Amino acid sequence: MEYKPTSGHGIQGHFYLPRSGGHAPFALDVQLDIPGRGVTGIFGPSGCGKTTLLRCIAGLQPCENGSLAVNGETWQSSGNKRNSLPVHRRPLGFVFQQPSLFPHLSAGENLEFARKRARQKVSDDEYREITELMGITRLLSQQPEALSGGEQQRVAIARALLIKPRLLLMDEPLASLDQMRKREILPYLEKLHRSLEIPILYVSHSVEEVARLADHLLLMDEGKIVNEGPATALLSRADFPVQLGDDLGVLLEAQIAQQDSQWSLLSASFDGGSLWLRDTGEQVGDSIRVRVLARDISLTREEDMQSSILNRLPVQVEEICPDRDPAMMLIRLKPQSASAAASDANVSRLIARITRRSVHQLSLEIGTTLWAQIKSVAIVR
Amino acid sequence: MHMRFHGLRQYLLGYGHSLKTRGVALLTSLTAALAATTVVADEVTIAVASNFTAPMQAIAARYEASSNHKIRLAFGSSGKIYAQIRHGAPFDAFFSADKEKPAHLINQGLAEKDSRITYAEGKLVLWSTHSDLVDDSGAILKTTRFNILALANPKLAPYGAAAQQVLQNIRLDADTRSRWVQGENISQTYQFVASGNADLGFVALSQVMRDGEIVEGSAWIVPQSLYSPIQQDAVILKRAADKPALAEFWAFIQGPEARAIMAAYGYSAAQGKHSHAE
Amino acid sequence: MLSEADIGAIWLTFRLATTVTILLLILGTPLALWLAKTRSIIKGPVSALVALPLVLPPTVLGFYLLVFMGPSGPMGKFTEALGLGTLPFTFWGLVFASLLYSLPFVVQPIQNAIEAQGERHAEVAATLRASPWDTFWHVTLPLAKPGILTAAVLGFAHTVGEFGVVLMIGGNIPGETRVVSVQIYDHVEALEYTQAHWLSAAMIGFSFAVLLLLYLLQHRKSSRGLRYGI
Repeated sequence: MEYKPTSGHGIQGHFYLPRSGGHAPFALDVQLDIPGRGVTGIFGPSGCGKTTLLRCIAGLQPCENGSLAVNGETWQSSGNKRNSLPVHRRPLGFVFQQPSLFPHLSAGENLEFARKRARQKVSDDEYREITELMGITRLLSQQPEALSGGEQQRVAIARALLIKPRLLLMDEPLASLDQMRKREILPYLEKLHRSLEIPILYVSHSVEEVARLADHLLLMDEGKIVNEGPATALLSRADFPVQLGDDLGVLLEAQIAQQDSQWSLLSASFDGGSLWLRDTGEQVGDSIRVRVLARDISLTREEDMQSSILNRLPVQVEEICPDRDPAMMLIRLKPQSASAAASDANVSRLIARITRRSVHQLSLEIGTTLWAQIKSVAIVR
Repeated sequence: MHMRFHGLRQYLLGYGHSLKTRGVALLTSLTAALAATTVVADEVTIAVASNFTAPMQAIAARYEASSNHKIRLAFGSSGKIYAQIRHGAPFDAFFSADKEKPAHLINQGLAEKDSRITYAEGKLVLWSTHSDLVDDSGAILKTTRFNILALANPKLAPYGAAAQQVLQNIRLDADTRSRWVQGENISQTYQFVASGNADLGFVALSQVMRDGEIVEGSAWIVPQSLYSPIQQDAVILKRAADKPALAEFWAFIQGPEARAIMAAYGYSAAQGKHSHAE
Repeated sequence: MLSEADIGAIWLTFRLATTVTILLLILGTPLALWLAKTRSIIKGPVSALVALPLVLPPTVLGFYLLVFMGPSGPMGKFTEALGLGTLPFTFWGLVFASLLYSLPFVVQPIQNAIEAQGERHAEVAATLRASPWDTFWHVTLPLAKPGILTAAVLGFAHTVGEFGVVLMIGGNIPGETRVVSVQIYDHVEALEYTQAHWLSAAMIGFSFAVLLLLYLLQHRKSSRGLRYGI
């Protein structure tokens, strides 16, 4: 593979690992060119090579035919001037899937371990800022075994940040945690996303996490990148290249338009209409990201005023696709209520997952107008 | 179903019967054979001090060739064998490297008083692997031409006690003491010298003599006048007092064939049966 | 009760076991680290060599050492060329022999402790900008502490208890090579059973105290959350 000079921004690289070694059923062959800011989600089914790719980037997995440049710095090059920085000389932070605090050191000593070896001096203010960001200031005197999995992972993230990395790599940092702990830690990751200047590569096989955190998305399967692009666009496609099953849905960027204190509801408007949400404390004007799952949408020919479902949007069938499950179909819907920009091709679409029999009974075709009933809307950010 | 079961049973019964007949015949012949051997053969286990290993193996082999009895030999240091016998070890006789331990066993009622014999007398030799180090009068001991003199621990081994006696008699005990290294038994002492780690040492003549010749190096066969005889006694233990094989072996070990073997290994002829007064 | 010679033997034994334990930890730890991490094809042969003293009867090992360290053995020629003379019948000869026969008791617990850590902690340390050397001192070694403690206990205990090898190369020199086990043996062989009992009791009491102390120390450590080692 030949080494390409870097443009100075973003992360460019190429990694090739043959399928030898016994454990890998396929070769890893990845050409990377991703933004130098924000969170890039690396998403795909278990065993698709996500973690291996991350380990290659970190240098933990030796890759002879590899090249990598991060925001203009060459970390690894192939070809004639083959060269590769060892792991400990790459300015990166790594958060592992398993909580990985050193058991012989307290939480605070774990942080000191990183601080002592930081790329640049970490001031007391910066130290305080990071521990506060992760909400761990009161845990520092504890031994790791006395902390919950979520707390350990927060300390591990703070530790990774304390070396002042130029790139933060996170390998399914929530995978070893139960649902409660995941909910506990996700807000910290979102804060991290907002307050950090450096790029983050976030490996996950959970749509929920990727939907909440990622700006940019790489979809991997069998060692290759099968698709990439902005997260919202990629996650809203009916022909989503990675099979999501029950998790298939769309992401909508929305804004809080009004608050209904009598019923504790919020109204959020997006480019295809507006939706009622449970009031979870957001302020009017706040930008939010909401997720609507395909299985939560049902379709009616007439508007059903007797229904308990609050959110009903007029829509038009744009595409009908077969689902992985032969009993089900996926229907791509274009909202009709958007007033002025109704014809705009960029309007957010919805995806409904209904039985093939319903498609037949309602005689759905492209262009049919319908009402979409949305059973629930989740705010993901 | 019933028929088949009946047939099977018949078959089994028939088979059992034929087995029984054959078994009886086999048993009869076996018993006859066994009876014949028990009359003739007896097996005895004899514990032997390690220094007498080689001659005893030769003697036992010669004995077995002319007798129906079998001899099992167990070798070890006299002190260990003694302790084992006191704690019920299943030995029938004990060939010690000294006189004291058999005497103790008799006093404790563990050995037959009348069985005690002095079967061999050991000879002490000052030996070195260097062919020109040891002269034939032991004058080397007066010099500083050696750094390490090996002897067996005088407290434990009769050859060690004899070596110390020699050094005392030629008044070199104090002069050489700082150059002593002690083997826990005479075979270890031999290894110290044979491996060259000790320049010279007092060892048993039986260790360095084969067929009446010193095998290698240089040696001074210490005159008998310089140390009291290293007598090795043997006793039959109480538990085996009436085994006929032992009586036969006792006669053999004092006979001319056994003595010839001992002489070839550097032991001098034994005195024979003890007087009880001793 | 205990004679002066007995007390001298106890003191010598303590000196020998302590010297050997310290040297074994210094030499055994890098060896254990290498064995735990290497993928070299000579790992198998080296492991087998290290474990060999477990299989060989001590007197056999002692006999080979006597020949090996003797004036015509390779080691003996080497030490004589250095002007050190030969090693049998000296304190340092016993130290050398003890290093060999106690080696597996020290290397294996440390190797197990390091292998039990897996790769993860070392990888984490590397992503925190710690060089391999830094990682060894500040991560691998502290994490292997219980294994090292176990190794020290076993190395010490085994050196105190060893007898066959010492018997073969010691030469029973008071203050130099006459250790407790040999002294007890002498008492038994000389039928001085009372003295043998006293000295054995003293040795058992002493060893028990040392082992107890070390296990208590280890227990204190392990209750802080480290559970590697044996």
